[in-house]
Amino acid sequence: MTLGDWTPDTLGTGRVLPVVSAPEPVLSRVGAEVDPADPDVVRLAADLIATMRVSPGCVGLAAPQVGVSAQVFCVDVTGHPKAGTVHGVFALCNAKIVEASRWRPGREGCMSVPDLTGDVKRAGRVVVEAALPGTGEPVRLVTDAFEARALQHEIDHCAGLLFLDRVVGPHAIYQRKVYL
Amino acid sequence: MGETAGVNELAITVIGHDRPGIVADVAEVLGGLGANLTDSTMTRLRGHFAWTLVCNGPEADAVSQALEPLTADGRLLATVRAVTPEEDEADAGEPHLVSVHGADRLGIVAAVTREVAAAGGNITDLTTRLAGLLYVLVAEVSLPAGAAAGLSERLAAAAKELDVEITLRRAESDLL
Repeated sequence: MTLGDWTPDTLGTGRVLPVVSAPEPVLSRVGAEVDPADPDVVRLAADLIATMRVSPGCVGLAAPQVGVSAQVFCVDVTGHPKAGTVHGVFALCNAKIVEASRWRPGREGCMSVPDLTGDVKRAGRVVVEAALPGTGEPVRLVTDAFEARALQHEIDHCAGLLFLDRVVGPHAIYQRKVYL
Repeated sequence: MGETAGVNELAITVIGHDRPGIVADVAEVLGGLGANLTDSTMTRLRGHFAWTLVCNGPEADAVSQALEPLTADGRLLATVRAVTPEEDEADAGEPHLVSVHGADRLGIVAAVTREVAAAGGNITDLTTRLAGLLYVLVAEVSLPAGAAAGLSERLAAAAKELDVEITLRRAESDLL
């Protein structure tokens, strides 16, 4: 039920895919549940990890961000200063949050909303249930701090939601670029 | 001025080319005239400096005159006018947040805020941003009790019409 000795190597080598930006409609569609043992899903998980790895500062990537409306994402918060519990690199299918607590605001960005950041209230501790791509083995992940935030952000993507749908108020969105 | 300072409420806007020191310059002018700066909000809108403020104190003409050196080169625009003080009433409505995002097109703000108004909602805070092709609106709205469900339905219809995403949520405020 835990990640155990699962490694992304079991997925094979992924391709680096282009990341789409809002207002691309796929980002607002509810992703389909997937068969985690389907070879296409395994390849998608590998592609997501490969794309995340080449993207500077990227701590997670969900299928809708590469144009696929499906409930698959990857996360890796290794070495992040705001991380507490760290599970390394992993990919999950059909993930659901089954427990959430310790709500607190924090500022988030997103590769699919490159020009803005926003303050979003997220649970500082979550329990997530999902299936591992490849084996389809059920997994129950207990985590906190930044990894919990990343999981909630990616699970939102799989539900067709962006951080913009959850910003805490009109003064909680910030421009990354200066228009001069 | 003098003994009458404090009786005038002034609404002032300062907008234009941004540079370091505008807030300090304007605040200094106001302070020099004995104006008491009360509520204000400042941001940059597409790189333009924009400050809206309310202050108490001197006559509007005196403030306009004192701000003239700051606006003389035409890159900054300041307006000053006397306003009638508003009653500070507690808002009886229920605070909600409206988030809108989607491809930029004409009429998004008009269509969304018209629905809010039709539901008896009052917009108490609003930000819009255009980032590339993406248009974003976040508003805090005060809704009459029981109006949220109906508004939510009408906003869903508007979202479909405009081809944007709209969410309506109750704004959280934890009293500690």
